[in-house]
Amino acid sequence: MRSFSAALAALALAATAFSASVTTPAIAASSERLVIGISQYPSTLHPSFDSMLAKSYVAGMARRPITTYGADWELTCLLCLALPTYADGTAVDEVAEDGNPGLAVSYELKDGMVWGDGTPITTKDVAFTWQVGHERETGIDAYELFRRIDRVVLHDDRRFTLHINKRTCDFQGIGDFNLLPAHIEGPIFAQGASDYKVRTAYQTDPTNPALWFGPYRVAQVVTGQRILLERNPNWWGPAPYFDEIVVRTIENTAALTANLLSGDIDMIAGELGLAIDQALAFETRHGDRFQMIYNPGLIYEHLDVNLDHPALGERAVRQALIQAIDRQAISDQLFGGKQPVANSNVNALDSVYHDGVPTYSFDPQAAQTLLDEAGWRTGPDGVRAKDGQRLSFSLMTTAGNKSREQVQQVLQAQWNAIGADVAIKNEPPRVFFGQTVSQRGFDGLALFAWLSAPESIPRTTLHSDQIPTAENSFTGQNYTGYANAQMDRVIDDLETDCAPESQTQNWQALQSLYARDLPAIPLYFRANSYILPKNMRGLTPTGHQYPSTLWVEEWRLAE
Amino acid sequence: MLTYAATRLGESLIVLLIMSFLVYGLIGLMPGDPIDLMISANPDFTAEDAKRLKAIYGLDQPLALRYWHWLMGALQGDFGYSRLYQQPVWDILWPRLGWTTVLLGASLMLTVAIAIPLGVLAAAKPYSALDYGVNLICFAGISVPPFWLALIVILAIAVPFQAIPAGGMGAADADLWERARHLMLPVLTLTLASIGGFTRFMRGAMLQALRQDHIRTARAKGLSRLRVLTGHALRNALLPMVTVVALSFGTLFSGALITETMFSWSGMGRTIYEATLGNDFNLALVGLLTATGFTLVGNIIADLLYAVLDPRISYRDGGAQGEGGG
Repeated sequence: MRSFSAALAALALAATAFSASVTTPAIAASSERLVIGISQYPSTLHPSFDSMLAKSYVAGMARRPITTYGADWELTCLLCLALPTYADGTAVDEVAEDGNPGLAVSYELKDGMVWGDGTPITTKDVAFTWQVGHERETGIDAYELFRRIDRVVLHDDRRFTLHINKRTCDFQGIGDFNLLPAHIEGPIFAQGASDYKVRTAYQTDPTNPALWFGPYRVAQVVTGQRILLERNPNWWGPAPYFDEIVVRTIENTAALTANLLSGDIDMIAGELGLAIDQALAFETRHGDRFQMIYNPGLIYEHLDVNLDHPALGERAVRQALIQAIDRQAISDQLFGGKQPVANSNVNALDSVYHDGVPTYSFDPQAAQTLLDEAGWRTGPDGVRAKDGQRLSFSLMTTAGNKSREQVQQVLQAQWNAIGADVAIKNEPPRVFFGQTVSQRGFDGLALFAWLSAPESIPRTTLHSDQIPTAENSFTGQNYTGYANAQMDRVIDDLETDCAPESQTQNWQALQSLYARDLPAIPLYFRANSYILPKNMRGLTPTGHQYPSTLWVEEWRLAE
Repeated sequence: MLTYAATRLGESLIVLLIMSFLVYGLIGLMPGDPIDLMISANPDFTAEDAKRLKAIYGLDQPLALRYWHWLMGALQGDFGYSRLYQQPVWDILWPRLGWTTVLLGASLMLTVAIAIPLGVLAAAKPYSALDYGVNLICFAGISVPPFWLALIVILAIAVPFQAIPAGGMGAADADLWERARHLMLPVLTLTLASIGGFTRFMRGAMLQALRQDHIRTARAKGLSRLRVLTGHALRNALLPMVTVVALSFGTLFSGALITETMFSWSGMGRTIYEATLGNDFNLALVGLLTATGFTLVGNIIADLLYAVLDPRISYRDGGAQGEGGG
């Protein structure tokens, strides 16, 4: 048995050595076809149902949002000529139908845009999209956006005004207002809203060219396997370089890299590919054959603190805990220094970032002093206690996530060193997110990540009206139970007081409060790892929820 | 025998009904529903959104009521829609059932074709170097984790020989050769992983058959070693082997999760797994019931084959009886 295992190991080594010996840099074969590997398959191609990254990734090549955030994290128009502003009169305050302060925002669609069958994209499509979204029974994800839009007024084929019944400062972006082709979807929707989701042509006839209006259109779908996109002859923008793009789903990341080595796929998308530690390991062995890009983004890895915990409810304890951990060393040792340490929930790349927040460097001595001053004394068992309450808590995360499990080990050791008793308790993602976190069932700290858009106001995670309870059926995402009247006011003001100076002040106040109170302990911002052919050019990672494929027409191969 | 088969079929239907209730209940007991999963992934999801969607999808109703609605629909041929794919459940399952059958059928045939001669060879010369060698291969095949085996197969074959795909199933309109190319590595992996068990079983059955009196008699009559092995021992040893193969019939339709995942093969195993994790009640339930149903059918076929292949067994009066009427 041992000899056979040795033989197998030798075979594995030989295979690896053979693959490693093929050191020719990976060059995408030609402009005819690019094959992209991702680890998830979209459940539907309809733009308004089941928001998931895989769908955004594919749809980025075949359709466009009216507005989006670019790679520079600035809001920009893709289908409109300009963003509405108060200054030019395209944003005007008004009284909404319910008597509350409302807002009218006007957009003008670009000239010459057509659906894949050549039908012009007009404001009729805008009105139809609003009709679908506004109907409660349709069940789209972004219903709240459409609920806020009382009505749409069409001025002509290209100009329209949205009358919004809530005055907020983020009125310029309507990235979730996903245009639908009225001439195709209209008759289908007319048959009923409640089951439109399963009758839509995006489901029954996804290769219909009239559904798409990007540089590419969906040409073939093998459910669960692959989606073939071909050039859209009616695309009005710069012609894309590749004739065809195939997006292949390979869920297992080891198989994903094996497919890359075997040439079955040309690249692995950073948005839905390898974790950073897997990418670093891959780079060590095969990095010379590929172009590796690590792009830090908006995926905020942090520890949610259950503030109902008797010890963790004390701010001094949370501040001591963050000082006791060497986050920079964790990033350097485990993630090759590619994942920047977070000082708050806002990324330094975000335009609203405030660099004056309290920061916590690794200082275990200061952490000990802080705990001593707060009355937490070390007991005979080496664990601190106060008023009979031990400094003991659980540290939970998703079982099977190797990166997080490694981080847990480091955190446990460093907290043990200052007299905290930390028990690691992990659960499958389904249980962890589906019950433990969402129902605030974690007894201590929960390690996970949030992904959001730039300039995203964190109402759902920080406002006191978003704490999940049995009474509100555990809705809301303020899992820590953080309730601070000052923070609530700042969030409310951020949403409604749009004066630039007020915005700046409120964003600064929000980040300062967060860094002081530490309802969650910031760890780092995750980096996406892109593995591309050596000769690939023009792909610019965004680092936020809008994928790089929205600029797929800029992708090309170096000659 | 007809009465016996009808009785067994009736029992199987009852088992399926009980299974449907148990599976539905167990999936329902898993924490979180589809909307909870959406909430946990999107910080912009509001409480109003969650309540609205739960009401639309009926997730605010008690589990028993949801099961009742599903059962009534299923009895009328409406098995519901898949949440993950937004298509009728059978539109998803039929092709996958086909792909799984192709993959596992090819692997089973190859496995049996290799395992029988290997088992016979090992039994013909027990405790020889050949026997030890075959045993070594068998135990290795049984012991090696399939995911690791799949990776090794990809690295050792697909990387150097790029004409053989490392995974996937090819384009929607792929021809037979294209499909066959994509089938090579998963079939090889499954065969390597399952050949050990079949070979060991065949070896054991042959050793037992070779100890029978009639074999000694045949040898005493001066028959050649080959004739004794193939003409007398093998025929008897194949009886239990046929039963094992018939029992494997059910697995043809339940899929091979790890191999399907590693090679991105859209089969039943991967589909049921994804449906369960993704809280796709209808797809998981119908997928599991289909696999259960085929396993039950496989069991019935195996039982019936006993009577066909072994004249000492009959199914008079609806029950199995041995030659002595026990």
